[in-house]
Amino acid sequence: MTPVATTFHPPRPAVHHRTNGEPPLVRRALIGVALVFLSLFLFLPLIFVFTEALAKGVGFYLHTIREPDALSAIRLTFIAAAIAVPLNCVFGVCAAWLIAKFDFRGKNILLTLIDLPFSVSPVIAGLIYVLVFGAQGWMGLWLNADNPKFPALANWLNGHDFKIIFAVPGIVLATIFVTFPFVARELIPLMQAQGRNEEEAARVLGASGWQTFWRVTLPNIKWGLLYGVILCNARAMGEFGAVSVVSGKIRSQTNTIPLHIEALYDDYNFTGAFAVASLLALLALVTLVVKTWVEYKSSALQETAAKSE
Amino acid sequence: MAAKNLRTKKVRVLPGFKLTLGFTLFYLSLIVLIPLAAVFWKTSSLTWPQFWQTVTMPTAVASYKLTFGASFFAALINAFFGFIVAWVLVRYEFFGKKIVDALVDLPFALPTAVAGITLAALYSDSGWIGKFFAPLGLHIANARAGVFVALTFIGLPFIVRTVQPILEDLDPELEEAASSLGANRWQVFWRVIFPMVAPALLTGFTLAFARALGEYGSVIFIAGNIPMKTQITPVVIMQELDMFDYAKATALAVVMLIVSFVLLLTINVLQWWANRHNSTNLA
Repeated sequence: MTPVATTFHPPRPAVHHRTNGEPPLVRRALIGVALVFLSLFLFLPLIFVFTEALAKGVGFYLHTIREPDALSAIRLTFIAAAIAVPLNCVFGVCAAWLIAKFDFRGKNILLTLIDLPFSVSPVIAGLIYVLVFGAQGWMGLWLNADNPKFPALANWLNGHDFKIIFAVPGIVLATIFVTFPFVARELIPLMQAQGRNEEEAARVLGASGWQTFWRVTLPNIKWGLLYGVILCNARAMGEFGAVSVVSGKIRSQTNTIPLHIEALYDDYNFTGAFAVASLLALLALVTLVVKTWVEYKSSALQETAAKSE
Repeated sequence: MAAKNLRTKKVRVLPGFKLTLGFTLFYLSLIVLIPLAAVFWKTSSLTWPQFWQTVTMPTAVASYKLTFGASFFAALINAFFGFIVAWVLVRYEFFGKKIVDALVDLPFALPTAVAGITLAALYSDSGWIGKFFAPLGLHIANARAGVFVALTFIGLPFIVRTVQPILEDLDPELEEAASSLGANRWQVFWRVIFPMVAPALLTGFTLAFARALGEYGSVIFIAGNIPMKTQITPVVIMQELDMFDYAKATALAVVMLIVSFVLLLTINVLQWWANRHNSTNLA
């Protein structure tokens, strides 16, 4: 099983602290080193985004994020996430149920394949859809205007000006690909750890399959599911590389928020770029808050479970 | 005999095997497997010499060196400092620890484009951090060092989050036993603690390395896109795509995909080794 560091672990009960620790000087030095390192790579960047975003005042900030181009980028980002997240959520629950509740051959291969999108570079993720749906790709060969293999379909698509690459459907597909494993990755270890007993008991007591899922499984996995969805959403809204390959970057048509940030940055409108970037940074902070809250919730749940045993 | 029959003839109490298997395989094929196969299909339009010429062209070779080198050193730096961060978070108490712990995941949650422009601005010669390095002749933005900085940022949580649970689970009695037998703190660390954490550290290193190899968004802004100097392989692929040279882009993508698959396999083996290692330790 491939570990993915995004997987959330409910914190274990605190281990009692060592009596034979390091001398105070060493402690302080190590804490200092850790904090300096994290400052250079985490804290300062985070502070910088918001400082720079507001560098020209609140008026400029509000103006930048309410421009038509910005609003259309926000709208497109929401559309892509609104399609990708539910689809991957359904897939995640389905795959986790399959892997956690049944034994079958090839399970490990399936697990590795589910993880595959994590190890594919975002640029390649975009490229594969260009190769499938682009003018030089499979679909281009089948629906080529001169000699189409499916003339009726080709005419219909051309008549409706339906495009996938350099258009919204391509962006949605690339987003689905890069966020593909998130929910599944959260749920699989969680459901494996919970085992099958509760569901089997529910079945024996006469519950239908759906009742078992809604009344037994779902309440058990809701926190993990929530975290998976939040993480999936953060990645969906923030994806840059894959989307930038398939989008064509037509302003106010195929620019998502990250692509709009790049456009502003390339125009040397740095404050504008950081103003829009601050929206995504806020989303990241919300994601981290939800993560911490979910961990707190599930550890509280574990403690009550441990007490009642 | 009867017992054996009962065991081999398994009754599935829970429903949905066919439904979930069918949907999982369908969705996986549609979104991941078939599109990935397109890469290999497209490369087959090149002859072997053409393929070889593309993947060994000077800009590509320079980009491999940079991508591998920067990813390796970024993962190494992360292994060192990430270990200290994990250690400090597990063992010491200090003001704001909970917030620091939560923020370690920031590189997972922060979109790469945001990280990219932020690091580029911070580490430029006039930026908050870069201005301290510029007088020393160390230019980070628009140089190879910038690639390294961006890859360090995105790899940071991997080491911390793989090492942290192992450190939390370490049995304090082992350390107490070692010190009561006369080992000093340094010996306890090297001989008792470190060997138990090493597999997790190696797994985290490999994860950070693998993640860094494919990274694009956070690197392009800080690296400055100088051919032969600061272009990582995904940037070279992007450049070929911008020129609509799909065959070349695809050939380079094949090289990267093969490396990723080998790494994925390595991570699986490492994880298996780490699990075994831990279970023997606990036994």
